[in-house]
Amino acid sequence: MADKLRTQQQLESLQNKYIGTGHADTTKHEWLSNIARDSYSSYQGHPSLLSYMAIGMGKCEERVRAECMEKMVLPVGPKPEVEQG
Amino acid sequence: MADAEFERVRAAQAERNAAGKKGGRDTQRKNDTKASMTSNFDTELYGNDSGDKFAGYNTSIATADEDDAMAIDAEDAESGKLVGQYTATSAQMNEWTTGDAAEADILDSREKQAQIANRETDYQKRRFQRNLNEETEGQTYREAMQERELQREEERVKRAIEDKRKETIAKGDDEEMTGVEQHQATLKDGSAGEGATQAVVEEDGQPKPRARKRRWDSSEEPTANGEAAAAEGASANGGTATKRSRWDSAAAPDGEARKSKWDVAPGTNGATQSTTPATPVQPIVGFGTEVSSRNAALSDEELDAMLPCEGFKILTPPPGYEPLRAPVRRLAPPATPVNTGGFMMQQPVDARSMGKQLPSDIPGVGDLQFFKTEDMTYFSKLVDGADENELSVEDLKQRKIMRLLLKVKNGTPPMRKTALRQLTDNARHFGAGPLFDQILPLLMEKSLEDQERHLLVKVIDRVLYKLDELVRPYVHKILVVIEPLLIDQDYYARVEGREIISNLSKAAGLAHMISTMRPDIDHVDEYVRNTTARAFAVVASALGIPTLLPFLKAVCKSKKSWQARHTGVKIVQQIPILMGCAVLPHLRGLVDCIGENLNDEQPKVRTVTSLALGALAEASHPYGIESFDDILNPLWTGARKQRGKGLAGYLKAVGYIIPLMDEEYSNYYTSQIMEILLREFATPDEEMKKVVLKVVSQCSGTSGVHPGFLKDTVLPDFFKNFWVRRMALDKRNYKSVVETTVDLANKVGCAAIMKQIVPNLRDESEAYRKMTVETIEKVLSSLGSADLDHRLAEQLVDGIVYAFQEQSVEDIVMLNGFGTVAVSLGERIKEYLPQIYTTILVRLNNKSATVRQQAADLISQLAPVMRQCNEDALMGRLGGVLYEYLGEEYPEVLGSILGAMRSIVSVVGISSMQPPIKDLLPRLTPILRNRHEKVQENTIDLVGRIADRGPESVNAREWMRICFELLDMLKAHKKGIRRAANNTFGFIAKAIGPQDVLATLLNNLRVAERQSRVCTAVAIGIVAETCAPFTVLPALMNEYRVPELNVQNGVLKSLSFLFEYIGEMAKDYVYAVVPLLEDALIDRDQVHRQTAASVVKHVALGVVGLGCEDAMLHLLNLLWPNLFETSPHVIDRVIEAIDAIRLSVGTGPVMNYVWAGLFHPARKVRTPYWRLYNDAYVQSADAMVPYYPPVEDEKMKRHELMIVL
Repeated sequence: MADKLRTQQQLESLQNKYIGTGHADTTKHEWLSNIARDSYSSYQGHPSLLSYMAIGMGKCEERVRAECMEKMVLPVGPKPEVEQG
Repeated sequence: MADAEFERVRAAQAERNAAGKKGGRDTQRKNDTKASMTSNFDTELYGNDSGDKFAGYNTSIATADEDDAMAIDAEDAESGKLVGQYTATSAQMNEWTTGDAAEADILDSREKQAQIANRETDYQKRRFQRNLNEETEGQTYREAMQERELQREEERVKRAIEDKRKETIAKGDDEEMTGVEQHQATLKDGSAGEGATQAVVEEDGQPKPRARKRRWDSSEEPTANGEAAAAEGASANGGTATKRSRWDSAAAPDGEARKSKWDVAPGTNGATQSTTPATPVQPIVGFGTEVSSRNAALSDEELDAMLPCEGFKILTPPPGYEPLRAPVRRLAPPATPVNTGGFMMQQPVDARSMGKQLPSDIPGVGDLQFFKTEDMTYFSKLVDGADENELSVEDLKQRKIMRLLLKVKNGTPPMRKTALRQLTDNARHFGAGPLFDQILPLLMEKSLEDQERHLLVKVIDRVLYKLDELVRPYVHKILVVIEPLLIDQDYYARVEGREIISNLSKAAGLAHMISTMRPDIDHVDEYVRNTTARAFAVVASALGIPTLLPFLKAVCKSKKSWQARHTGVKIVQQIPILMGCAVLPHLRGLVDCIGENLNDEQPKVRTVTSLALGALAEASHPYGIESFDDILNPLWTGARKQRGKGLAGYLKAVGYIIPLMDEEYSNYYTSQIMEILLREFATPDEEMKKVVLKVVSQCSGTSGVHPGFLKDTVLPDFFKNFWVRRMALDKRNYKSVVETTVDLANKVGCAAIMKQIVPNLRDESEAYRKMTVETIEKVLSSLGSADLDHRLAEQLVDGIVYAFQEQSVEDIVMLNGFGTVAVSLGERIKEYLPQIYTTILVRLNNKSATVRQQAADLISQLAPVMRQCNEDALMGRLGGVLYEYLGEEYPEVLGSILGAMRSIVSVVGISSMQPPIKDLLPRLTPILRNRHEKVQENTIDLVGRIADRGPESVNAREWMRICFELLDMLKAHKKGIRRAANNTFGFIAKAIGPQDVLATLLNNLRVAERQSRVCTAVAIGIVAETCAPFTVLPALMNEYRVPELNVQNGVLKSLSFLFEYIGEMAKDYVYAVVPLLEDALIDRDQVHRQTAASVVKHVALGVVGLGCEDAMLHLLNLLWPNLFETSPHVIDRVIEAIDAIRLSVGTGPVMNYVWAGLFHPARKVRTPYWRLYNDAYVQSADAMVPYYPPVEDEKMKRHELMIVL
């Protein structure tokens, strides 16, 4: 019982620190948004990858970066409507 | 084994030692440098013995602030007493107060001692005078303020009456004043009843004309009556004379009735009485109506029977005398038998002894740990047997809370836990009122013990979180109960109190806190003001200083009462004490807030202001001098005007502010204040002495003060006044004199100070000698002895030898002093060594064990110096002597002798040791069996050193014998001993080859005792490390075939340590151990798999990037099913192992295992998978990005990754 409580608390503190972490009740949508955001931030964080993409897309690097940043808002669309549950 | 191999091992060890990640770092394994033998060999474990281990802790705080303690004396000083406090110690004075106290104390029952109230000082006990029911729940701020106003009026009137009565008594024109009253000490000028009035005076603090109380001095007109005196006092108090309360009229008749001093009950004083808002005249309880007839006064008949009738006369009581009766405090009758007259056996009233009469099983609660008589007062409802069905909902709720509280307070730990959780979860349902109405009275109970208090405070804390803003109506009540915790002696109680108040202020909000606590700021009772100030400081730290600053400003400038200003300043004083350097951003605001109070008309306010400035400066050191600019002038000029206790506060502030200044300013301001300091050098006041010493050392620490200035102006007076025998007798003086002298020495240099104090080494007072030695030790260890001339050095050595020989109680100070002097003199001590040698020899022969021990300890300290002086022959002789003393029977002494031997060995080296090692070691083998920790520690160290440096001097058989003895040492309690023993196994294995040692160790895996097995496993790991793994692994893996759980587990454990130690070397052995691990990972036994997992972890971490991915993946496949283990130990090890494998095979492959279960339909599956995912995410989120699974949905595709150039 006590251990359960403690792990619960640990998980909560972990989640406060790292938004991308999840738990058994994480929905697919939440997780997908998180990984999408992580991907976009990772592209921006690796300059060589970013320039590779910029060349591929035929845009300038800054524009690609801005696009990546913008896509981080609702990366996989809005939260799906919850069916009657 | 090849030397190159050894070198590799050694390099690996050095690396591990440097990394020190396992805490297993030890200096013993380095050959190249010699360890110091004056300090502990293993500093990590034993600490470096310099300095005390509590350094940096706050060991005590003053409960009452100095300025309050000072205030009483300040009155003294103002009353013109020239002589300070020459009085008996409190121990002497209290010697007869309790009769045969010593015996009684032993018999005092344990629970009595555990009770908090019994440990408290009188000041702290004043908390009981605060009344919980003082204020009703719905009391508004206005009503509270009015009530405070009334209390102040009442207090003032009482004091006026008291003053007047004193005056009349002293004048002696009272008609009753015949006989006894005449015997007033005329020497005590102007203070006939000083003891009684002191508290009152302290409360007042007004500069009132001193009453001339000699009877022949009756030129003064007696004041008319209480009314007039009251009016006078009122106008003096700040012009509130027009405001009249009902207390004035009620009290006036008393004044007219000329109360004599019979009216005052002995032992109570005005200040304490006033807090109970009782009617001014106690209700007189009629005879016989008291609850217990035993408490009734003796009747005349009884007195006649008791006292002899001849030679005595019955005096008529003075007119107007009315006996005072103590109010009935407790509601519940005390458990004393009714006196029926005649002889009765005393009945024990101890709660424990009448355990049967008290229920330990309360219906609906279960079996409690204990149940005290006092608990009956609060929890009696639970045993009244009422039918629960007939009770109202409110009653039921109340009983429910009661039951839970009782469980929390008196229950067993599991009961407590569940009850606490229920209370927390249902807090909002129960409501604030019912909860606090029951919790708070419990906390006010006199027989409360630490544990109970802790638990109840915890309940409040938890409940506060849940109730949040609902607590508002109860804030004041909670504060009344919690504030006393802020001045508790116990550090943890103080922390708890702080936490509660800070949570409370967060829940209730600043506005509410201020309006609740404002009325207490100028409360009549100093105790209430003090605790309120501390609570306010906590509020400030919880809600931020800026939010509270406007309020503080207003309070500090209050025109209405000086008490408010005093408390306001005190809040500002407490804030830096609580928050430390966090005050820096708001320093200017805080200083401005109190700056003007330096010129307050009230001396007490001035004093507390100076103390507050000191606290602010101390907390902000070394920054923030610019914030103090405005108050420098008032402070310095103020210091010139002050005397006595007021001055002490000012000097304290000065002392803390000077170190903040830059060079130029500090020089100027120091010279300004030095005049006063020099004057106060001669003060008889102990408090002042300490302050002066502190300020001198602070001044001498600043760069702006020149050594020449100190040498010329300060030193002569300093030595004249402070280096006297009397200063050595008081512990606190002693300490501050030593500290100040060291600080001065740091500035003016070693020689100037030493010249003055070295002659004291031959003083006849031992305490004085000790003080000198301690100072010399500190000065020499920080400055060295380079600037001592030959004459002084001679005098020093001569003196220290004298002081060492003449000590009547062996003291570590003398020992360290001697050691430091010798070390710092170095080669210059060579000529005295023969003399020291004889001293040591004589003392080694002494009858007293402590003398022998000290002599041996001295050898340890002197050994390096002797080496420096090339006195190897002398050390050889000492070694021989010590060798003969190895038969010593006192373990403490034996330990010291071994320690001395150890330091000699380490300075002269193994080869040139006298007596030779081959003689010495056989003598040590039986000593290894000694169970005393100090002996064990020193022998194992000595043996380990020999095994490390000169194993060839003893034959293999002897080493094996030592190995067997060492096995026992693995059971030692002290970790250091076990560690040293393990390392010694490594050295011995290196010396005589691993085979025999390993056989011994493997056999030891079969023993039952767990600790021994674990240590053996460690030892095997170490042997494998020192002798290369291939010498050990085959035997170890062979041992795994023994069909015995303990052995197999031991082998796995050894493997785990082994792979941890060998690190990268593991890559050569991975494929060898994989079959064994396969077997272990699919074993039925949980522990087996757990240990195997930890082996996998260490292997995997060792081979990161070394191309063993295939083996690791294979192990991962075996490990993965263990994911569903629930035992915390097993699952933790498994997860660690998987994490380690993730590092060695890369994130991608392992994540492929994880994706499968993240959205599994069964929660039981999802939960551990998410745990793995989270770990991976935290450790290597970026590496995961390329490996996220492809999602078919168009919106979620990561097109960017599809780009191909």
